Amino acid sequence: MRFSEKIPGRVLLVIAFSALSALVLITVFIFVEGVPLIARVGVFNFIFGMKWAPSQGAFGIFPMIVGSLSVTLGAIILGVPIALCCAIFLTEFAPATVRNAIRPAIQLLAGIPSVVYGFWGLIFVVPLIRNYIGGPGLSILAGSIILAIMILPTIISISEVSLLALPPPYREGAFALGATQWQTIHGVLLPAARSGILAAVILGMGRAIGETMAVIMVLGNAVAMPSSILDPARTLTTNIGIEMAYAAGEHRQALFATGIVLLVMIMILNSVAQYALRRRQDER
Amino acid sequence: MTPQAKIAVKKLSFYYKKEQVIRDLSLEIPANEILAVFGPANSGTTTLLRTLNRLSDTIRGAHMGGEILLDGKDIYALDVSVTELRRKVGMVFEVPTPLPMSIYDNIAYGPRMRGIKRKKALDQVVEKALRMAVLWDEVKERLNASAMSISGGQQQRLCIARVLALEPEVILCDRPCSGLDPVSTAKIEESLRELKERLTIVLAPHNVQQAGRVADRVAFMLMGSLIEEGPAADVFANPKDKRTEDYITGRFG
Repeated sequence: MRFSEKIPGRVLLVIAFSALSALVLITVFIFVEGVPLIARVGVFNFIFGMKWAPSQGAFGIFPMIVGSLSVTLGAIILGVPIALCCAIFLTEFAPATVRNAIRPAIQLLAGIPSVVYGFWGLIFVVPLIRNYIGGPGLSILAGSIILAIMILPTIISISEVSLLALPPPYREGAFALGATQWQTIHGVLLPAARSGILAAVILGMGRAIGETMAVIMVLGNAVAMPSSILDPARTLTTNIGIEMAYAAGEHRQALFATGIVLLVMIMILNSVAQYALRRRQDER
Repeated sequence: MTPQAKIAVKKLSFYYKKEQVIRDLSLEIPANEILAVFGPANSGTTTLLRTLNRLSDTIRGAHMGGEILLDGKDIYALDVSVTELRRKVGMVFEVPTPLPMSIYDNIAYGPRMRGIKRKKALDQVVEKALRMAVLWDEVKERLNASAMSISGGQQQRLCIARVLALEPEVILCDRPCSGLDPVSTAKIEESLRELKERLTIVLAPHNVQQAGRVADRVAFMLMGSLIEEGPAADVFANPKDKRTEDYITGRFG
């Protein structure tokens, strides 16, 4: 190959690697900052410690892990059924005109800044919970509701794509066997799109677990272990977001260590999603 | 007409949006025979087949005129259950369409939907259907394997077996052998010939030769109109219409 033809490839290679190097840089930085503290406190004490009091040298993040997981789980429980119904409606029932109106609207939902979601949650959802359900309003439930809405676009569009990617013969084949539309959907289409839908849910979880701004505003941010979904809680992300402004020394290291735990959780979720998506391709 | 036709198509017209794809077509299909409906591409054979089990209902923007009677009863009448109709009038597609599940489940899918849940009863249905489709010996060792893992010809026979498991009265076969090698084609034609003992078959063959090999009656369609219809031997030996003659002798167009 002539030298001049090699240039574009090389240039693109360098640029691609610079994107990758950002990931490496951030990861290395977080680990360098955070690992010494985890080593000093002990992995077990750090992850399962119940008390977070940086000024007293107590660095236990278990209540926040519970906070992150419960808000995420709540968002999945509330959001996934709605998202799935929406995706099924769009692919199987909606006439083209309706579909073309709804799809951009859902994508717009992804474009609303998270601080706006948080603000709306604080002004609308939190008082609603306080007045009609109980507790202080600032709660895991409020966070779950906001996050459920925020992950809708992710889950809807990925499940929609995996339903649309199913070969048309699946539908015709099932219809020709006398299946009703609903039997076709839950007996053939959903099982066939299963791994894509699973990947959608996991990516939605990743988004929910990483969200910070909206959650800070509606979650109450108490460091104590929550005992019900009406209690305020703090997540791993909000812990970093709230305290980074004034943290120094060990305290700052502890926040980076929180970041490590978060990063590992998200990496696990992403690899599961990748695995699910790849299995879908193998099935073809 | 002496015995009542299994299916009677009366003055059928079918439109996709504004385009008319079947023109005023009337046809009687006797029971326990193989009728081959053939013609060049876009002559409306696929559409005709699909109107016979109302799979055409699923096409958006399509509408039709005329009527289709199954055993003397209008299949488009309001009180007809479409799912029940499709059980009675099964369909095999051009491309094998196994569902993404095991061989066993593909066949058990229809009977299960109809409420057969007992394992023993299902086992029997599956074995009987696979035997009728001349597939049993090739897959009996691996009924739990994915239906995607068997060859195209086996998949197509699986699709026939799947339809047979519903004990239909009519089977519509839309170019069932178009992607298959001659050996698989021969096996499918063999099972079709055996099946006509117990049911009625409407076949859109993928070429004239296939119509000649398996059909008792043939109907030649062109541009949505029925040109000629009659016993296969008569039509092939003495076509009445010039266009039929041109097509079957390959002098067409």
